[in-house]
Amino acid sequence: MEPTNIKDPAYFHKVVDCQWACPAHTNVPEYIRLIAQGRYADAYLLNRQSNVFPGILGRTCDRPCEPACRRTRVDEKPVAICRLKRVAADLKGELGDRLPRAPAQKNGKRVACIGAGPASLAVANDLAPLGYDVTIFEKAAVAGGLMRSNIPAFRLPAAVLDEEIGMILAMGVTVRYGAPITSLKALLAEGYDAIFVGSGAPRGKNLEIPGRYDSDRIHIGIDWLGSVAFGHTTSIGERVLIIGVGNTAMDCCRTARRLGGKDIKVMARKPRGYFKASPWELEDAEEEQVEIVVDHEPIRFVIEDGKLKGMEFQRYQSREENGRLAQTPLDKVILPADDVILAIGQESSFPWIEDDLGIERDKWKAPVVDKTTFMCSRPGVFFGGDAAWGPLNIIWAVEHAHQAAISIHNHCQGVALTDRPKWGMNLASTKMGLHEWAYKNDYNPVGRQKMHHVDLTRRFKELSLEVELGFDAEQTAREVERCLNCDVETVFSEKRCIECDACVDVCPVLCLTIAPGGQEKELRGRLSAPSVNPGQALYASGALPQTGRVMLKDEDLCVHCGLCAERCPTAAWDMQKFDLLMPYAGKPTP
Amino acid sequence: MSYIKKPVARHPSLRPNALGLTIRDYEGSMSTLCAGCGHDSITAAIVRALYELDVPPHMLAKLSGIGCSSKTPTYFVSGAHGFNSAHGRMPAIATGANAANRALLYIGVSGDGDSLSIGLGQMVHAMRRNLRMLYVIENNGVYGLTKGQFSASSDIGSKSKRGEANTQPPIDPVMLALDIGATYVARSFSGDKAQLVPILKGALRHNGFALVDVISPCVTFNDHEGSTKSYLYTRKHQLPIVQADFVPPAAEIRAEYAPGTVHEVRMHDGSTLQLHKVGPDYDPTDRRAAWSFLSERQRSGEIPTGLLYLDESGSDMHAAAKTVSRPLAQMPFEELCPGEAALRKLQDAYR
Ligand SMILES: Cc1cc2nc3c(=O)[nH]c(=O)nc-3n(C[C@H](O)[C@H](O)[C@H](O)COP(=O)(O)OP(=O)(O)OC[C@H]3O[C@@H](n4cnc5c(N)ncnc54)[C@H](O)[C@@H]3O)c2cc1C
Ligand SMILES: Cc1ncc(C[n+]2csc(CCOP(=O)(O)OP(=O)(O)O)c2C)c(N)n1
Ligand code: SF4
Ligand code: SF4
Ligand code: SF4
Ligand SMILES: [Mg+2]
Repeated sequence: MEPTNIKDPAYFHKVVDCQWACPAHTNVPEYIRLIAQGRYADAYLLNRQSNVFPGILGRTCDRPCEPACRRTRVDEKPVAICRLKRVAADLKGELGDRLPRAPAQKNGKRVACIGAGPASLAVANDLAPLGYDVTIFEKAAVAGGLMRSNIPAFRLPAAVLDEEIGMILAMGVTVRYGAPITSLKALLAEGYDAIFVGSGAPRGKNLEIPGRYDSDRIHIGIDWLGSVAFGHTTSIGERVLIIGVGNTAMDCCRTARRLGGKDIKVMARKPRGYFKASPWELEDAEEEQVEIVVDHEPIRFVIEDGKLKGMEFQRYQSREENGRLAQTPLDKVILPADDVILAIGQESSFPWIEDDLGIERDKWKAPVVDKTTFMCSRPGVFFGGDAAWGPLNIIWAVEHAHQAAISIHNHCQGVALTDRPKWGMNLASTKMGLHEWAYKNDYNPVGRQKMHHVDLTRRFKELSLEVELGFDAEQTAREVERCLNCDVETVFSEKRCIECDACVDVCPVLCLTIAPGGQEKELRGRLSAPSVNPGQALYASGALPQTGRVMLKDEDLCVHCGLCAERCPTAAWDMQKFDLLMPYAGKPTP
Repeated sequence: MSYIKKPVARHPSLRPNALGLTIRDYEGSMSTLCAGCGHDSITAAIVRALYELDVPPHMLAKLSGIGCSSKTPTYFVSGAHGFNSAHGRMPAIATGANAANRALLYIGVSGDGDSLSIGLGQMVHAMRRNLRMLYVIENNGVYGLTKGQFSASSDIGSKSKRGEANTQPPIDPVMLALDIGATYVARSFSGDKAQLVPILKGALRHNGFALVDVISPCVTFNDHEGSTKSYLYTRKHQLPIVQADFVPPAAEIRAEYAPGTVHEVRMHDGSTLQLHKVGPDYDPTDRRAAWSFLSERQRSGEIPTGLLYLDESGSDMHAAAKTVSRPLAQMPFEELCPGEAALRKLQDAYR
């Protein structure tokens, strides 16, 4: 195995599991340390740099970082990364002139964005400070996209949305409300230098089974949530069936509970473990006495005398066969219902994109969008968020926006879109003394803090009352200690090593091995402890001076305690803070 | 030394031994020795040996004298008994403890200063009595704790950190042990756990005095150029001659060696030590041959290592003294001290 190339920023980036998993590469451990120091505004701004909406995401993010968190591998539960983000947002105080602003002198380039969802807003956030004149066309009367119309206010209060959207609009971004784009051709004719399509995936999927159109009590989930959000719908029947068990279903069932639903069932085609909804969403729904019914496939609506009576389902028995789900049909059952909400997915829809614009389409008629540049086959037209490849989530919309903004900037400045700014890194020793480091290396075994919730009676009375109370000061103080500082990297210099074994002996999780070199696969078989996670890197040194063996580190379980470096007599191991330098539009890395 | 405690986080694949303990349950408190000290490596080897032998912590007694080396019992098996004696006096304490409670497993940890300078007289008598114990000398050629003076194991010509050469001849604990009649004699290197761990396991199962002399570089005072006890010097001159494989009772012997290259020795608890020749022709059960081989090799500047001599047939101190098999510590007071009348009767018998 060749010595690891630690000059490549990707190597240490991958060690920071959360940052690696975050689509926008948020510098999680650093913001957690800032929170630990009470530097909430700094923590907020660091977040904002990469994810643009810390207050919104601190409440709603799909948090791919948490399942990835290293802590899950040595302790049961991940660090509450997402909810700590909310702490920074809640306590940041006045930011004053620390937010980016648009320059007085514009650069003369005009960019149009379609839709005022997170994707377009984040594009505006990146381009306005560079002097671009950004205009967002939004068909609704408010900005925010699905964050406003579909994510219920009891999860995401309007004030949080207003504040963070306000920060972007305050950069002089224009929004034309009630301005649906009905023809891309017409918009192109207005002579913008670039167009960003951030119109989302606004069409809820339908369920074409008998009875579908025979009652007005059958709703499309995302439309129904929108009509609740905008105050058009204020009640629902007592018995509600929600079809589907994804994120939308979770918001539908909890909203129905608040509008008068008493007997609410979320109907799943598959058993648990195969749901799209995340475990915490299921937990929250079940806490609100929503029943989750598995292995039921809807086959028809039961309509009597023109009225919806219920729905018929095919029941299944599920089991796993060779790691795959196998289902055998059982009987059919009818469940009564006053309302049925279909929450089985969304898709994008572009009736307003004409066929003769030179925009290539795929077999589903969706525009073909380049994965790196976010441009379609017509130069100057860019896509991002749910409009690009179908529904994802807010943090992906933000990352798409950053990349699209880089492309738009290149496009407007006459630089090739493929000529993208490089990623960089800083590495700096954290050594302060013999056994003192610029980070807290002491492992704290405290468990994950549980979020407190508003009590059930209150939340069912007030539709918009935020359920989660946020962490209090003590919970925050404990939770920040759970972070393992994965960005404080173990960095090895083989020339110094005298092979005393001190690091190997002291490592609490048996990461280190000194052994004769070999092929990676075979080396993984002779480490101090079995390599249980081949997805995690093996860090290999070159030949050690005394014996020619190599130092190996299995990154998998390292808790970044720094003991290897503390016990090393020659400072061959050092704990160095890794800072990933990400380029943004107009801001290349040094 | 480190300020933080070793994190409680564990590798998920740590396996419990027969007692349900993982290797981490055999740790002690955080070492306060210099970072990189060979002694810490030996501690790690002892931890592994005890864990692999399923030793119940409460059945273990750790004894030591004074020195950096003698501090190390604190760094393994927190749950064991321990005694930190006066400088060089560990063998006497170990003898007394062993006499009173033969049921315990004894580990004495000492240094070259503690054993070969001030404690030499003590050590050889423990050997002579064949006291059942593992006696580890963490041999760094200096008095580490008192800042690096030459010890009785420093070689002639070995240079101190300040550049002065030692002029007095060394005492070699291995040659001494062979001479005195010790029944388990080994030399190893702190940087070679593959060799050291099975030696320690065999020693812990040996029915008598087991001397394990471990070259253990002092990174602070004796790891420079010119030292004959540095990491580099030891690596360059180490000559492994016998590799021990420890096979627990009732376990299958896996390693197959060519005939004539291996000695199999049954230990009194039913385990087996396979002594496999890895160097020149050598018989680890022939005391005289061992003595002459080693003195010759050492004169030529090599450091022969491995399990160098083993005699499992000897009788330990208790057998020689014909003591009762029940540990004295477990006897009721009346039985241990039968009273004045019984004493008088005994005295009368000698009148
Ligand atoms: C019920 C539900 C709950 C969700 N919960 C979460 C969650 O908790 N966390 C999370 O990360 N993600 C969640 N998502 C997904 C997330 O909301 C979306 O992925 C994200 O909002 C996509 O952002 P976007 O900017 O691409 O599009 P959108 O947010 O959909 O915004 C598109 C905007 O474009 C406007 N528009 C559309 N067509 C036109 C047109 N022709 N002219 C002008 N304007 C137009 C729309 O009115 C809308 O305002 C949820 C989605 C749903 C449906
Ligand atoms: C009676 C007595 N004499 C002298 C000392 C001073 N002293 C403490 S440790 C030591 C030598 C220790 O050397 P060694 O056993 O080799 O241990 P190391 O520190 O090298 O591991 C001496 C001389 C003492 N503590 N007690
Ligand atoms: S920092 Fe060093 S000692 Fe601590 S867990 Fe990581 S490799 Fe092991
Ligand atoms: S502690 Fe330092 S010198 Fe010793 S083996 Fe580890 S890296 Fe090498
Ligand atoms: S002085 Fe030498 S023997 Fe003592 S702890 Fe330091 S390195 Fe080890
Ligand atoms: Mg010494």
